[in-house]
Amino acid sequence: MIQVLIVGEHASGRLNQSTAKCVSCALTLGECAIDIVVLGAQCAAVAAEAAALQGVRRVLTLERPENAEPLAAIYAPQIAALAKGYTHVLGPSTTYGKDLMPRIAALLGVGQISDVMAAESAYRFLRPVYAGNALVTVEAAGGVIVVATVRTASFQPAAGGGQAAIEPAAVAVNLPGHTRFLSRTQAAAGRPDLQTAARVVSGGRAVASAENFKLLYGLADALGAAVGASRAAVDAGYVPNELQVGQTGKIIAPELYVALGISGAIQHLTGIKDARTIVAVNKDSEAPIFEVADIGLVGDLFQVVPELERLLRAERV
Amino acid sequence: MSSILVGVKRVIDYSVRVRVKADGSGVVTDGVKMSINPFDEIALEEALRIKERGLANEVIAVGIGPADAQQQLRSALAMGADRAVLVQVDGAAVAPLTAARAFLSLVQKHQPLLVIMGKQAIDDDNGQTGQMLAALWDRPQATFASKLELDGARARVTREVDTGLESMEIDLPAVITTDLRLNEPRYIKLPDIMKAKKKPLDITTLAELGVASETQSLRAVKFAAPAVRSRGIMVKTVAELLGALKQRGVL
Repeated sequence: MIQVLIVGEHASGRLNQSTAKCVSCALTLGECAIDIVVLGAQCAAVAAEAAALQGVRRVLTLERPENAEPLAAIYAPQIAALAKGYTHVLGPSTTYGKDLMPRIAALLGVGQISDVMAAESAYRFLRPVYAGNALVTVEAAGGVIVVATVRTASFQPAAGGGQAAIEPAAVAVNLPGHTRFLSRTQAAAGRPDLQTAARVVSGGRAVASAENFKLLYGLADALGAAVGASRAAVDAGYVPNELQVGQTGKIIAPELYVALGISGAIQHLTGIKDARTIVAVNKDSEAPIFEVADIGLVGDLFQVVPELERLLRAERV
Repeated sequence: MSSILVGVKRVIDYSVRVRVKADGSGVVTDGVKMSINPFDEIALEEALRIKERGLANEVIAVGIGPADAQQQLRSALAMGADRAVLVQVDGAAVAPLTAARAFLSLVQKHQPLLVIMGKQAIDDDNGQTGQMLAALWDRPQATFASKLELDGARARVTREVDTGLESMEIDLPAVITTDLRLNEPRYIKLPDIMKAKKKPLDITTLAELGVASETQSLRAVKFAAPAVRSRGIMVKTVAELLGALKQRGVL
């Protein structure tokens, strides 16, 4: 019997949608029992959210003051201790999971499969390599715990309405004191989250300044979209790092992706290849972004963006 | 005073358009430009800056891979590393857990202040080795670092996370993995390439380090090219763009 432990992710008292996507991935492994573990100083609210995900058997909580912040050095030994008895341990391929899961795998003495896109069986997985320019099928040996991170852009979140049991778990491990959380920047409020937004408006180097990015925010507001950026725009300081889309930033799969003044480096395209519709606006008709765009417009974004926003607002779409 | 170990992985250059071999056994590497993993270059630059500030006395570049990886280690020496170690592994790709075990063995030998490496290598995109080393070593990890400040026996690290920036304090020694904006690596000057030829480059093996290769649990079965998105339509005006979006049912 396949027994899956999913490492839940949460912030500000809310369960991250990445956890529901891990559940969807687990459900493709075949017949299995799925438990979710949530760690925190207090995690009743997020445990309740996790328990509502369909397909989940139990939600285990590890509550202690040291778990107030998601530090890999603190979380990993607790999860590794809890993992014994499971055949699979899954976590999201978000910065939280990328930081934490390899530490768990090493404590368990096993390798990790990063960025699972699909499971052909409980022991056969598809994952991207070379910035998505190749896909590799990886086979895991039976009899060894499979540790994997789940590429969130490849899975829809599991449905709600479930009623899993919530149980406190206890593990006897000594926690290190060598790692201390200091602070975190607050996410900008009032705008859709880039990782999960249905629509994304994204700008590149051609936007040319932080001031000019306001144009994009205007269009994003008209569309109800999140704002993203290419690496070049982030490196130039036009927008903060959390807006970066691409191989080393966020991998997203929105319904609509509007690329403005983005040339379309391979590393950027990796982050958007699962978008349903890609719109590209670029002055350079030879820009590689047009190779993958569903709708392309050769033009100056400083003319196109205000006009598009005006037309959208006039139609109230 | 002590040393800094830096991971230096040989990878296909970031600018190469990678192609899958026809038989699905891997990707084409023959005649392809190879380079230091760009994130590792950032790691090396950070180590060199720490040494230049007088906070460490030696930077050791560590490669784990085929004999040809000596080329990238020579580049690391030309950038300013004091010496290099190649853990020579011929044939199959080195699993991150194996790499972490090799690093652990070198850590026990050199007792470094820090181990710095890229947050991921741009070939297998695993992003595991640093965290695995930190686990095996039972020391702190600070991944995706965009700022690193050393303060005696502690470090303060700013990390790039999904929600923005996170700041943490860790005791040393520790493992740091680098993100893009930690620094801008220096260019290698011609005289430094000549000097690098005289710097020590030791070659060892996993067996000599007493490391078991992690080969049993995970196996790459086949490689395939991803589905390509096909080129769509071009429109001439914003009104046409809006019309096309409506036609696709996006708006």
